[in-house]
Amino acid sequence: MTWTWFHRLGSPPHVFALARRLTPWLGWPAALLILGGLWGGLVLAPPDYQQGDGFRIIYVHAPSAWLSLMVYTSMAIAAAVGLIWRIKVAHAVAASCAPIGASFTLAALVTGALWGQPMWGTFWQWDPRLTSELILFFLYLGYMGLRAGIEDTQRADRASGVLAVVGVVNVPIIHYSVTWWNSLHQAPSVMRLARPTLPGSMLAPLLMMLLGFTLLFGALVLVRLRAEILARERTSGWIREAVGA
Amino acid sequence: MTPTRRRRLYLVLGILAGVSIAGALALNAFKRNVTFYFDPTAVSRGEVSPGQPFRLGGMVTEGSVRRAPGSLEVQFVVTDFNHQVPVSYTGVLPDLFREGTGVVAHGSLRADGTFVADEVLAKHDEKYMPPQVAKSLKRRHGESRTEAPAGSGATPASTPPAAEGS
Repeated sequence: MTWTWFHRLGSPPHVFALARRLTPWLGWPAALLILGGLWGGLVLAPPDYQQGDGFRIIYVHAPSAWLSLMVYTSMAIAAAVGLIWRIKVAHAVAASCAPIGASFTLAALVTGALWGQPMWGTFWQWDPRLTSELILFFLYLGYMGLRAGIEDTQRADRASGVLAVVGVVNVPIIHYSVTWWNSLHQAPSVMRLARPTLPGSMLAPLLMMLLGFTLLFGALVLVRLRAEILARERTSGWIREAVGA
Repeated sequence: MTPTRRRRLYLVLGILAGVSIAGALALNAFKRNVTFYFDPTAVSRGEVSPGQPFRLGGMVTEGSVRRAPGSLEVQFVVTDFNHQVPVSYTGVLPDLFREGTGVVAHGSLRADGTFVADEVLAKHDEKYMPPQVAKSLKRRHGESRTEAPAGSGATPASTPPAAEGS
């Protein structure tokens, strides 16, 4: 058993080439799954017995919310690896995650508000789930702001890495906020131990959207990672070869 | 693993543990403020005093909704299947407000024990189903009601929001 493939993940030229090769393998399945999921969710799935067609926002809201948590966890793990083993590529991964995660968090907050107005009767309440998700959005913004505020990349990596690791405490709080406290937000329909609370005709497109969004994140983070590595290694010789200049 | 890396690993884990404990303690201390609503059982235990504004959450009891003719005034009973609180509200109700579904109302208790609401929100549960399925479920539930009068949990609407877990 040789571990060279693993150790090479710390090498910027190798990861740069790998990211370029992997991107279409994630991007195309993501596009197909999202198109299929949207068709299934917006056209084929039956309306809900209480919410009518309004429930269909779940096909964008739930995958965005899932990714807002998943991306933050990935970012925190990458930052921790970067902090402990001093791997530059790991910090580059964490830095690439942040804007994507912030976008999905904003999407989850906005779609939730649009659904909440007709269904609950309010755009916003200082409810545990809603508030903790808003804090997650601010954590992403804080992480990006901290990076942007420190000129030296290495110092920016370390400072923002600590913030990313500390903020991960919020992830379980968001997920369990609806079960630990009385909350206006409903309990999870899919991300639970018991059977999902949707029938198959509604669930199948949702699972396609969840997987499609996750692969989309993979493709996006690889594109951003290449840009991040290019910016960090702009003075090294291998870059000239890699971009063919 | 080299000693420096091990030290850094322990440092990161230590920071994480410290922040988790601090967060848990803070959230535990603010439990009352983090909770979005009180259920009728908490109200009956006297956790809120009359006149103090708070949110009341529970199910709208079947057959309890009464509208005053010619006005927006509406009265209903909120229950968690242990205790009940009568609610009085004047205003527009949200789309999902139904008998037998979850509701969160903001207001305060009058001295006579009636909850006077200034805002009523519908609380949706996590269950989704097509209208046909809901109809047949309701029919079956209606038939079984003669044998089992208490809310057996057969329809999705009969689960109290406070009991939603997992």
